Amino acid sequence: MMRISLFLGCLVPNRYPGIEKATGICLETLGIDWKELDGASCCPAPGVFRSFDEPTWLALASRNITLSETDDRDVLTICNGCYGSLADANLKLKNNSLLKEQTNSHLSQIGRHFDGTIDVRHIIEFLYSEIGVQKIKEKIVRPLDLKVAVHYGCHMLKPSSSRATASVEHPSVFDELVEALGCTSVDYPDKMECCGAGGGVRSALGETALAITEHKLGKIEDADVDCIVEACPFCHMQFDAGQVSLAGKGREFGIPVIHYSQLLALSLGYSAEDVGINLNEMDCSDFCNLLGK
Amino acid sequence: MAGAPSIEEVIEDFNVLKCMQCGVCSGSCPSGRQASLNVRRLVRKIGRDHAAICDESLWMCTTCYNCQERCPRGIAIVDVILAVRSIAAHEGLILERHRHVAYLLQEHGHAVPIDDTHKEKRMQLGLNSLPSTVHSHPDDLKDVKHLLASCGFGEITGRKE
Repeated sequence: MMRISLFLGCLVPNRYPGIEKATGICLETLGIDWKELDGASCCPAPGVFRSFDEPTWLALASRNITLSETDDRDVLTICNGCYGSLADANLKLKNNSLLKEQTNSHLSQIGRHFDGTIDVRHIIEFLYSEIGVQKIKEKIVRPLDLKVAVHYGCHMLKPSSSRATASVEHPSVFDELVEALGCTSVDYPDKMECCGAGGGVRSALGETALAITEHKLGKIEDADVDCIVEACPFCHMQFDAGQVSLAGKGREFGIPVIHYSQLLALSLGYSAEDVGINLNEMDCSDFCNLLGK
Repeated sequence: MAGAPSIEEVIEDFNVLKCMQCGVCSGSCPSGRQASLNVRRLVRKIGRDHAAICDESLWMCTTCYNCQERCPRGIAIVDVILAVRSIAAHEGLILERHRHVAYLLQEHGHAVPIDDTHKEKRMQLGLNSLPSTVHSHPDDLKDVKHLLASCGFGEITGRKE
C-alpha cells in the first residue's frame, strides 16, 4: 500500500527530532501519500515491555496499529525497535485467533478493534521496494561523496521468520540505497553486529551495552569512514551518546552518526542544520562543514 | 499468573530440550563476545529448572536474534529468553532501571518522554515543541493508561515513584 501513516515512536520526536524533520522532507519530495499517526504512543519497546508481559505488549502495539487501520494506511516505521514491535505484533495477531480475541477484549474497553487489515513497513524496505533505487537516484540534486559505514541493526532483518526483507547474513538493500546517493558503502568486520542497545540492555546494564558499542566502533574506526549511517534512532543514540560516554573514559572516536532519512534529505539539497545533524550529542561541526551549505 | 507461561510450558512450546549444546549461539552472541552472557549455558539452565529465572544474564541479551537465526536445532532462543524474562517479571524480578522505564510508559505513554532540552531542539528545527503523539493528544494518553490498567501492567511492574 502506498498510503502510509508515519509512526514516530519515542526517540525520534523526543531525542532526535532532526530525523522526524528529515523523514517528512523525504516523504514529501518523493511524492508519497503520507500523514503522521496522530495520538500514537510508545510502540511499546520490544526488549523491555515484551519481556515483562506479552499481553500488555500486544495491547499497546495493536492500539497503535488500529489508529492506522482506521485511516486505511500502512504504518511506516523509522526505527528498528518500533518496526520489530509493531510488525511482530501485527503478524502474531493476524495469525493467532486466540491472541487476537484476547487483545480485542482489552481494546474493546477503549472502543477499538484490531482487524488485521494493514501492514507495518520499515523505511529502508519501503523505499527499496515501493520507490526503488533508480527513482531515488533521479531525485538527487546533490550527490554525496562520502565514505559510509552502513549499520543495519538487528530488527530490520531479524527474526527472518517474520520479515519480508532478504538475506540476514549478507543483505544489500541498505547499501544500495546509500550508494544511490553517491556515497560509498565501505565494508568492515562485524558489520552485521548489534549496536549493543537493544533488549533493555542500554537502559539497565549500560556498561554491557557500551562494551558492545566500543567493539563495533573500533571496527568502523579502522574502516576510515566519514560517518555511520543507520536506520534506527536507538542505534543512532547508542553510537552518538555512546561516543560521548566513551570519550569520557578516554576513548575518542569522533565518527558522526546519521539516520538514512537525514542522509537522503542532504542529497535532496537540504543542509546539515536543516535536518538537525548539528543537534547530535557529539560535536559534528567538522562533518557539517565538510558537507557545506 | 495470567500473562506469563510456566517454565514447563516454555520448555515444551519451544523445544528447549532439543538443544545439543553445540555453542553456535554463544559463538554468534555479541553480548557473549564483549560481555559475560553465555547463551549456551543459559539455554541448558532453562531446560533444567525454574531457577533460571533468577539468572541475571537473562537481562544481558540485546535480542539481536543471531543465535535464533543460526541455531541448527531451530530453537527460537530469543523468544525463549523473552518468555523466561516474563516469568521472572511476574515474580517481581525486574531490574530497577527497567521498573523506571515502565513507570515512564504508564505516566507519559512514552518510554522516553519529551523534556525541555528536546522541546528546544524541536523548535530550532521549526517543528512544534510537542510531537503529534500522545504528547499532543490527552484523550489518547487516557486510552493508553486505560489499556495498561486493563492488562494489569501496574501490578506486574510496581507502580511506585
